[in-house]
Amino acid sequence: MASVLALLLVAGPLVLGSYWVGLLTQVVILAILAMSLDVLLGYTGLPSLGHAAFFGVAAYAVAVLSTTYHAGVWTCVAAAVLIGTGLAAAFGLIVSHVRDVYFLMITLALGMILWGLSFRWIPVTGGDNGISGIPTLLGHAGLGAAGPAAFYYVALLVLAACGALLARLVRSPFGLTLRGIRENESRMKSLGVNTWLHCYLSYVIAGACASVAGVLWAYYNGFVSPTYLDLTASSELFLMVTLGGPATLVGPVLGAGIIVLLKNVMSAYTARWLLILGIVYIAAIFAAPQGIWNLGRRSGRARA
Amino acid sequence: MSAPALVLEQVSHHFGGLRAVDGVSLTIGAGERHALIGPNGAGKTTLFNLISGEIAATSGRVVLFGTDATRLAPHRRAALGIARTFQITRLFPGLTVMENLLLACEALDRRRLVMHRPVAAYPDLHRRAAELIERFALTAIAREPARHLSYGDQRKLDVALSLAGRPRLLLLDEPMAGLSAGESRAMHALLDALDPAIAVLLIEHDMDVAFAFARRITVLHQGRVLTEGSRDEVSANRSVQQIYLGMGAEP
Ligand SMILES: Nc1ncnc2c1ncn2[C@@H]1O[C@H](COP(=O)(O)OP(=O)(O)OP(=O)(O)O)[C@@H](O)[C@H]1O
Ligand SMILES: [Mg+2]
Repeated sequence: MASVLALLLVAGPLVLGSYWVGLLTQVVILAILAMSLDVLLGYTGLPSLGHAAFFGVAAYAVAVLSTTYHAGVWTCVAAAVLIGTGLAAAFGLIVSHVRDVYFLMITLALGMILWGLSFRWIPVTGGDNGISGIPTLLGHAGLGAAGPAAFYYVALLVLAACGALLARLVRSPFGLTLRGIRENESRMKSLGVNTWLHCYLSYVIAGACASVAGVLWAYYNGFVSPTYLDLTASSELFLMVTLGGPATLVGPVLGAGIIVLLKNVMSAYTARWLLILGIVYIAAIFAAPQGIWNLGRRSGRARA
Repeated sequence: MSAPALVLEQVSHHFGGLRAVDGVSLTIGAGERHALIGPNGAGKTTLFNLISGEIAATSGRVVLFGTDATRLAPHRRAALGIARTFQITRLFPGLTVMENLLLACEALDRRRLVMHRPVAAYPDLHRRAAELIERFALTAIAREPARHLSYGDQRKLDVALSLAGRPRLLLLDEPMAGLSAGESRAMHALLDALDPAIAVLLIEHDMDVAFAFARRITVLHQGRVLTEGSRDEVSANRSVQQIYLGMGAEP
């Protein structure tokens, strides 16, 4: 099943037209983002509703640095990831103290603050209009005007790298503590684990990974706007993880694929695609409460 | 090893106006077997929570192995060498028995922060987890998620988890409660076989069980220590007889 998905992603552009390669690129980038949220939501059990913030901030960093400051590609990439991760490190100090619905509310509030900032800090962010004129990644790297397939494979490579690193992480002793916190945090504390620290690290790692996705997104689109940071972005992301299958890493990739394709295909036929997405989601809750990826697994098996 | 495992000095905890634990002083020597008995609502579990750090003392001091732990968080107290079980078992229900124990084995180990190597790369952790699984007769269900375990096995796993960090003071909150006679005997045998270097404080409703396990017994009543002493002293105590006979007389 995972190899079918991998084959689709690798071979897709060879047979697809540029419209579909574009969509597939979106899937891949959002899959990185969804996977990073899975570390928080699926493995650690921390339901963040503001995870798009790091994605958005990194995208804005690329936009500002590459257009206003004419910075080089490596500067843009490194600075954007650092800024996104730094922001997660700062937010993490606050959010790691709270759980459950409070965690949801605080991450939501922090996300909204950033969205407001992108909207109002017009001299830097361009406000409502956003920032356009971001070069393509390969153009920025001086590799000339390579086609969309080339960028797609770069994004796919990043997805594979992030996926491999996160897969390592969740199998590590540290990853096991995250699942322990999800299952029973008070017991973790009494066993001797500083759960605050582990939640904090999980949050920062997820934020760093989301920033990487944000960098790719800025280069993919060529522009940034406040919609990257808004609640819709974060809740779509939330859907990708829960629909695909939390605590699986692969599930969120599938979820990203389903939602991006649904959104684009449906919006060609109807303006009410959000309604359709809602129906799909509700149907999935009943048919596959553990997410689509977990459907095939033996019921009764322990959660990853 | 000269410092006692636990010293409580005039420890109190008030829930609003309710003095759940009211000026309790208690010393448990290294390796001592001590039972804590008392009627429902006497404050036994609250006292455990004060010792392990789940709740903070309103007043008084908690000293663990010679270190003042009154203001320490639960995980810091665990690092000093204390472990506990819970009256209502607290496991990791979605993880397998093996994973539950691996987690407990690595909890006090620096390697809990390792992110780049799989847990499987640490055979010593696996060996320790497997030892506990064998000792607690959980082998057949080692790959089952904890939530699928029978009540008796959940209790055993709860105790096994608390032993994984090699504690020097173990707090057991009614480990036999709700077990069948056979399961209860098995648990009893497991507790009797505990390393004599571990100090154990056991909450137990059944006086006979408490007397069989512990050399010294503390009786808690309405948040206060009613009496403390050997089996004979405690069972000869009039107010203890009143409380327990009074309780026992009720249907
Ligand atoms: N979190 C809490 N908030 C308010 N009151 C509490 C709380 N926990 C316990 N109490 C009260 O404190 C008193 C002592 O409770 P505790 O659970 O310590 O008793 P116990 O001796 O363990 O009883 P049992 O034998 O039933 O387990 C009880 O009156 C109980 O209602
Ligand atoms: Mg109790």
